Amino acid sequence: MTAIQPQPFTDDSDSVDADTTPTNAVKGHSRIPWRFLGGRALFYLFTLWAAITINFFLPRMMKGDAVTQYLARNRNVTPEAAEALRSLLGLDTDKTLLQQYVEYLGLLLRGDLGVSLLHGLRPVTEVISQSLPWTLGLVGFATLISFAIGTIGGAIVGWRRGSKLDALIPITTFLSTIPYFWLGLLAIALFSVNLGWFPIGKAYGVGISPELSFEFIGQVIHHGTLPALTIVIASLGGWMLGMRNMMLTVLDEDYVMVAQAKGMPNNRVLWRYAARNAVLPQIQSFALSIGFIVGGTIVMEVVFSYPGLGKLLLDATNAKDYALMQGVFLVITLSVLLANVLADIAYAFLDPRTRQTED
Amino acid sequence: MSLLEFDAVTKIYSVRGAGQIKALDDVSFTLKSGHTTGLVGQSGSGKSTIAKILTQLETPTTGEVRLGGKPIPRRGKGLRSYRQQLRMVFQDPFASLNPYHSIGYHIQRPLQLDNVVPKEQLDDEVRRLLGRVHLEPNTVIDRRPHELSGGQRQRVAIARALASRPQFLVADEPVSMLDVSIRLGVLNLLADLQREEGLGVLYITHDLATARHFSDEIIVLNQGRVVERGAADDVILRPQNPYTQRLRAASPDPDRHFGSATGILGGTQ
Amino acid sequence: MGESLLSVRDFSVVYDVDPPVEAVTNVNIDLRRGEILGLAGESGCGKTTLAYGVQRLLKAPAVITSGSVVFHDSSGEDIEINALDPEDMRRFRWDKISMVFQGAMNSLNPVATIGSQLEDVFEVHRPTHTKAQRRTAVGELLEIVKVGAQRYRSFPHELSGGMRQRVMIAMALALRPQLMVMDEPTTALDVLVQREILRQISALRHEFGFSVIFITHDLPLLLEISDRIAIMRDGEIVELDTAEQIWTNPQDDYTKSLLASFPRLTGEKGLVSR
Repeated sequence: MTAIQPQPFTDDSDSVDADTTPTNAVKGHSRIPWRFLGGRALFYLFTLWAAITINFFLPRMMKGDAVTQYLARNRNVTPEAAEALRSLLGLDTDKTLLQQYVEYLGLLLRGDLGVSLLHGLRPVTEVISQSLPWTLGLVGFATLISFAIGTIGGAIVGWRRGSKLDALIPITTFLSTIPYFWLGLLAIALFSVNLGWFPIGKAYGVGISPELSFEFIGQVIHHGTLPALTIVIASLGGWMLGMRNMMLTVLDEDYVMVAQAKGMPNNRVLWRYAARNAVLPQIQSFALSIGFIVGGTIVMEVVFSYPGLGKLLLDATNAKDYALMQGVFLVITLSVLLANVLADIAYAFLDPRTRQTED
Repeated sequence: MSLLEFDAVTKIYSVRGAGQIKALDDVSFTLKSGHTTGLVGQSGSGKSTIAKILTQLETPTTGEVRLGGKPIPRRGKGLRSYRQQLRMVFQDPFASLNPYHSIGYHIQRPLQLDNVVPKEQLDDEVRRLLGRVHLEPNTVIDRRPHELSGGQRQRVAIARALASRPQFLVADEPVSMLDVSIRLGVLNLLADLQREEGLGVLYITHDLATARHFSDEIIVLNQGRVVERGAADDVILRPQNPYTQRLRAASPDPDRHFGSATGILGGTQ
Repeated sequence: MGESLLSVRDFSVVYDVDPPVEAVTNVNIDLRRGEILGLAGESGCGKTTLAYGVQRLLKAPAVITSGSVVFHDSSGEDIEINALDPEDMRRFRWDKISMVFQGAMNSLNPVATIGSQLEDVFEVHRPTHTKAQRRTAVGELLEIVKVGAQRYRSFPHELSGGMRQRVMIAMALALRPQLMVMDEPTTALDVLVQREILRQISALRHEFGFSVIFITHDLPLLLEISDRIAIMRDGEIVELDTAEQIWTNPQDDYTKSLLASFPRLTGEKGLVSR
């Protein structure tokens, strides 16, 4: 027998208690996941650069330019004036693409997005800043409401699986499959035309101008209710189904059983144990869907003649107003990125496991 | 007699953030045909790294594996023929069988791939192999894995491993996921096959008791190093290394607990 | 013969599927105060269903079809568990009977610190405790199981498997229950860690005097740690006797075959055909 006698390692007696070795450092443990956030920040900076660059090239690859369109509509413009317009819009052909790109980046840094042909040569930033609050307010609010109701509702439906509440799932799913423009028109026909509860469109009534008064705010709410409601109805089903399915998975986890064995009240098991874990994937899909939400706003704003970004983009595209289109695209891209950053931060704080990027 | 040599193998993994981890440190052993070697260790001891290197899923950082004195080719025909000589039986018999294929297909595949028998003898050979593992060919050949019990599935996995007529078999915790009452049956089957086919077996386990009964020789692995090796009874009954002694003291042993070996089990057979 | 702590009478559980499956059939157990009762059997024998059924933790389609479970509280009161209303049942759980589950990996909520999960128990069952009292109690518990109070803010994934199982034992100990039900508490752990945890359970039992129902398929382990052992097969208890009797003089054929399926570490060879 060749028993190999205690080798020159001395850690035999204690370190074999793999049990007492933490799998990952508790030492120097910071509550804020800097490393994780840093990595994400780099990723987002790159995405931002890519988006800005694509935004520069896209209109230049399209046929026909805005000035030609503008000239077609306004006959009494001299060739010199047309040339000046081109130069103003950054479309002068005597500069190389690289020069144009550098110039574009420089202007962007200074917050100069050019001027809009469609809106009497007003700065694009000014035009956008008039529309942005409407979209952000209405769509943002409606989306958050829908997410909250869908997630909370999905958690409850999942928790009480097999009960009558299950019927909510096919109903909300059905509502979300109706084409949005059809849903919007239906809502207008029913609530505005027939019942007369809500105005037909626009953000506020004729003969009133934006100001901080009860009357104006009341008008905004009155006008916004119907479009917001349709957005909630159309998107609720997805959130509810997603959360409910995730709940069913989580409810089979051991820690839910342990919580019940611990004598935790049902409410505590539902929210602190089950829903708290089930909501994590929900937050990720929320971030992913922001882009679609912004895209979907075009239809809503057209149906309800709402003065937001979507309508602005549609008009700009029809008129080949590149500067305005670029501006709107940029704002959309930025908001999608921002929403993703926020979702990432929320996720990092809600799920301690993501804080370890070394694994 | 054929030899599979595992010679002075060190395996180092680089782990981001944690530096380098020595999974194996200068480990040597030899598998001989007709001989069973037990490899005992706890999780993280390097057992599975040895299995991965033997099956060429990983390559050693230093040291080498030789079959019949020749290093294992890295690719091509040489590697195929090496893999034909050494087969694995895994822990989870369900995960290692494809749920979409019949039992017959599972056995037939390696026979075809390695051209073990002529085409017209395929069916007979499948039946012969199923018989070798004490499964009734007619009742199992057309079934799918989920229609069999855990023990039957593991028998199928063993038959499949034997199909290419290997000289060596690596059995990685082959019974730890099975119900206790059928574990012994599967282990005894492996022991019979080992003897009758003259296989060289590497039995990887954390369980000292089965290692003792099932192996000729036992190697004890701790944190990537061999801390003790010797004849099975010597290592388990008279361990010299402190680590082996602690392992033994920690393993349940009713004989020691209740004094001597009495009762119906004492010295039967 | 000690006094009785838990009396299970004619207890049956059926899985109400088509066709119905009898998971537990007419089980009778008298658990004594302070004893370790081993419950042995193979997968699907009903041992876990029985344990969960006693705490009324079974989910549909499992249905308790008959039987009574009486808990003889240290106050002298006899509690008929099946007759408790849901709110009383909730209060009863963990306070009188706590559990340690298999797979410590998943027993802890991955997104909450272990401290908060321990504190939960006091928050719900001892609502009069102040926050400071709860914190102290949790710190003490973590020290008792040798995890260390400084781990209060750790998340489950930051601990090894053995550590997590110690946390679960601390949690089970929190309210000083009279009975702990342990379902394969050490199965997934390495043998050295397993032995360490068993020693700890044994030491805690001496200190706090609770009874243990220890469920496992590992009969050799049970023989070492149990006072009495119940052998279960197909939902029935086929034999119940002291560990020594089970080892030296088993009566039931199934018990014999189960004993014979474990190769012996130091005993005679002969079980493996070599």
